[in-house]
Amino acid sequence: MSATSARPSHAAQPSGSAFILKKALISAAVALVLFSLMIGVRTEAGPQGGLIYWTRFGDLAALVGTVFGGSIIIELLRQWWGPVDKDRIVPKPVQSAMSFAGRWLAPALLVFAFLVPVIFYNQRYILDLSILVLTYVMLGWGLNVVVGLAGLLDLGYVAFYAVGAYSYALLATNFGLSFWVCLPLAGILAAFWGVLLGFPVLRLRGDYLAIVTLAFGEIIRLVIINWQSLTGGPNGVSGIPRPTMFGIPLTPGDDGLAAKLGIEFSPTHRIVFLFYLILAMALLTNWVTIRLRRLPIGRAWEALREDEVACRALGINVTTTKLTAFATGAMFGGFAGAFFATRQGFISPESFTFQESALVLAIVVLGGMGSQLGVALAALTMIGGFELFRGFDQYRMLVFGIAMVLLMIWRPRGLIGHRAPTVFLERNQAISSDLVKEGHG
Amino acid sequence: MSAAQATTPLLAVRGVRAAYGKIEALKGVDIEINAGEIVALIGANGAGKSTLMMTIFGRPRARAGTIEYDGQDITGVPTHEIARLRIAQSPEGRRIFPRMSVAENLQMGADATECSEAEREAGLERVFALFPRLKERVAQRGGTLSGGEQQMLAIGRALMSRPRLLMLDEPSLGLAPLIARQIFDAIRTLNRQDGLTVLIVEQNANHALKLAHRGYVMVNGLITLTGTGSELLQRPEIRAAYLEGGRHG
Repeated sequence: MSATSARPSHAAQPSGSAFILKKALISAAVALVLFSLMIGVRTEAGPQGGLIYWTRFGDLAALVGTVFGGSIIIELLRQWWGPVDKDRIVPKPVQSAMSFAGRWLAPALLVFAFLVPVIFYNQRYILDLSILVLTYVMLGWGLNVVVGLAGLLDLGYVAFYAVGAYSYALLATNFGLSFWVCLPLAGILAAFWGVLLGFPVLRLRGDYLAIVTLAFGEIIRLVIINWQSLTGGPNGVSGIPRPTMFGIPLTPGDDGLAAKLGIEFSPTHRIVFLFYLILAMALLTNWVTIRLRRLPIGRAWEALREDEVACRALGINVTTTKLTAFATGAMFGGFAGAFFATRQGFISPESFTFQESALVLAIVVLGGMGSQLGVALAALTMIGGFELFRGFDQYRMLVFGIAMVLLMIWRPRGLIGHRAPTVFLERNQAISSDLVKEGHG
Repeated sequence: MSAAQATTPLLAVRGVRAAYGKIEALKGVDIEINAGEIVALIGANGAGKSTLMMTIFGRPRARAGTIEYDGQDITGVPTHEIARLRIAQSPEGRRIFPRMSVAENLQMGADATECSEAEREAGLERVFALFPRLKERVAQRGGTLSGGEQQMLAIGRALMSRPRLLMLDEPSLGLAPLIARQIFDAIRTLNRQDGLTVLIVEQNANHALKLAHRGYVMVNGLITLTGTGSELLQRPEIRAAYLEGGRHG
């Protein structure tokens, strides 16, 4: 062990200006090939219907130059930072500060989350944003079961979000069922679709699984668009009832909550209610996931991610394990979808594009697969950051993309790549040294 | 052993054929393992040793022949149910769960079997008594263990299901001779103290045959030789093929 680890691990990594230059040139060449058609030549339909085109070599040169320069900068940053997996010696005070922060970050965030409506009561924008962030936290935690724990790459998670949203919307508008009746139904329906997706993809892993789930997401969206008689097609479903506080509507009328409590009505009440609703739902997701991780089924999910063959050899039923992972993740997606529908009051297929799946997946990956706190932080960063970069206007996506690339270079395992064990020995027995000396273990 | 041989064998493989696609890996294999025995299965690379072990476990399925365990036909039983019949295996290449802790890896071994908390605790104690090194490393991630420790973990994990038959695929693969000897010692202890029946698949013929009561030699998907461990060790063809010239014992 010690003999191999003593060998300097970064010796194989070349450095020096020649290497940096070579790498930058390759990147620039790739960019040239890619962009020569995308940027260099622009085509348009001419006045006679014929195709006209003109060249933009100036823009092309600028882009290739940017890639060249950017590649050099990234490589320099990389070398300054050192190899990604290297053990860095952190000074003691910083270490203890970090472990202190690590221990108190989650409770602090939770307390802060509970206080958000109190602190920002008069700032509707922040409240709306917080609700959005929490929706994505919940979606992230739901997808985390499938991707982070069971290791099944799901690119079609938005399908379950859509199933949940449409379940609530249709049940509520057609049959007048209340939100609290529909919520479990939406979860059950989404879980059912999760199992339905699970069956054909049982034998697939990795890239192949990703492609099928991607297709599944699109199928659900296309069905919603085309099944006009049921879903209203592209027009969506409108007039979805708002949630009630266990039967008491949050309206200005006489039977509204404000009137019953004898306080003045404010539309903010509803927003605050929605905030606590999604907070509770997200926390429920988190709690269930944490509980499941400690049970054999959660352990089996993680083992499945690690090694499917070994799981089989240990007598784990791989089929049911995969299906429960799909169903559990889908169920939380369905809950979140129902919430989304009741919050918006209107849903249409446009809200359930691949972009949503990609965003939720990015949250899970950035957060560090399997880490609950990491996912919450990533959702906050992604959704919050998205709003923060609003000032950059059209460059928002660009800035955002660069930020994500940098994060993945420096924290390839996500914000929180650490995995907490779930099994502990009951008693911490000391092991006598004569048991563990060489030649006996 | 004479007492055990009088009764029906714990595991009987009769005329089993198995194939990967069109390539037939087992061409009619017969082996028997009696309760309380250590049986070694030796042979060169690609002889079909690992396939036989996997076929007993139902993956790949036997295309012909029968596999009987404890008087019950398990030829068509799903893999995860076979494991519940208290047959455990430590697969080739160890295949521990690298990101899970040692304790979690061991738990995984017991999860599929219905056993009480007390039995689980007893199982852990038993594994730690056999491999104290694992106890030392209990909170560590599996992937950070050394090769020998990972092999101990793979065997320990298999033992957590309290098996009657333990099947080990190349337990000495890639291990230093000293560590390999520790592993073989542990297997002998398990057999002597707990009466555990062991099927051991090995390329390291010398070690395996010295350990085993009986051995089978496999060539190209067929059993070509069988006998007691010491008998096989004396056979000139065995010495030529597996002991001299190639790897030392």
